[in-house]
Amino acid sequence: MRTETEIGYDSKIEGEVVVTRVDAALNWFRKNSVWPMPMGLACCAIELMAVGASRFDISRFGSEVMRFSPRQADCMIVAGTVTYKMAGAVRRIWDQMPEPKWCIAMGACASTGGMYRSYAVLQGVDNIVPVDVYVSGCPPRPEAVLDALIKLQNKISTQPVLKELTVFNALKHQTA
Amino acid sequence: MTALEFANKIKAKFGDLISEPAEFRGEITLQIADAEKIAEVCRHAGNDLDFNYLVDISSVDHYGDDPRWTVVYHLRGLRHGGDLRLKTNVSEEKSELPSVVGVWAAANWHEREIYDMMGIRFRGHPDMRRILMWEGYPYFPLRKDFPLAGKPTELPGVAFTRPAPLEGGPFVTVPGGKDAIHREPRVRNPEDK
Repeated sequence: MRTETEIGYDSKIEGEVVVTRVDAALNWFRKNSVWPMPMGLACCAIELMAVGASRFDISRFGSEVMRFSPRQADCMIVAGTVTYKMAGAVRRIWDQMPEPKWCIAMGACASTGGMYRSYAVLQGVDNIVPVDVYVSGCPPRPEAVLDALIKLQNKISTQPVLKELTVFNALKHQTA
Repeated sequence: MTALEFANKIKAKFGDLISEPAEFRGEITLQIADAEKIAEVCRHAGNDLDFNYLVDISSVDHYGDDPRWTVVYHLRGLRHGGDLRLKTNVSEEKSELPSVVGVWAAANWHEREIYDMMGIRFRGHPDMRRILMWEGYPYFPLRKDFPLAGKPTELPGVAFTRPAPLEGGPFVTVPGGKDAIHREPRVRNPEDK
């Protein structure tokens, strides 16, 4: 279900009342509080730090809360070369993140293996986790990462929250 | 004392075991005939001649030749400033030589890396494990007969590898090409040369 409605609010007409649908409101909360899990593995992590710092300032999009515990994170930003030795750890961290969760593959290495066509490097992190947004660049500019975050927010705002829950609950009652 | 004088001192102590010092661009190289004696030569260089800094240990794969391996030691004395390079050959059947961790502790990780990448073992090493790849990885990836793309492996719960798509061969430069297109081809198949 694609949700077109966001929060429509006109203080002159509605006063202190906001009229919206719960689905849209939940999505609005979700997309503006995407807490990233910084999976910094190589030089892209340095650019990721710049994204978080004051010049580029990821907090403008509600994502300044970098969480180093996967249990408190919503979006894994894979920044850097994923070696086969690291792949298991990346996958385990992804599994530890609670739903709903998203993934941004930052840079050429995380997206495809980049220039490392070799025995040691995983040829794209999408081999082990589902990726929502790929960012090109080696490393990408911080603006590109912010753009990826905006694209991810747009995606989040189209994902149904309540409908899935209602279907899930209905199925649960049916089987019970 | 110059590097050549150090080299002659080593030669005087060990005699026929050591080749004549070879000089190339001001750097002295000694070839050690028997790899089993490398630890003794290194102990003499490290303790008696004050080569207190082990710059690097590297290994060379002469694939198709016998002996297949050459192990190269780069020494430096920080107090006297002399440099010395020691080389020794190891056959493929043996693939083993004494460790020099007892002389320089820095040799620990260098030797582990050589073991990991080439499969040459160092006898007497306190911790002869892989250092970059994981325990249980079945290949030695820097050997000449190991494909650049890698081979598939699977160690459940630890790691897996898959061959990388090379899309027509590795990107390599070709020396002597008449222009950039020939010097740096987009794709070059290894069999084309």
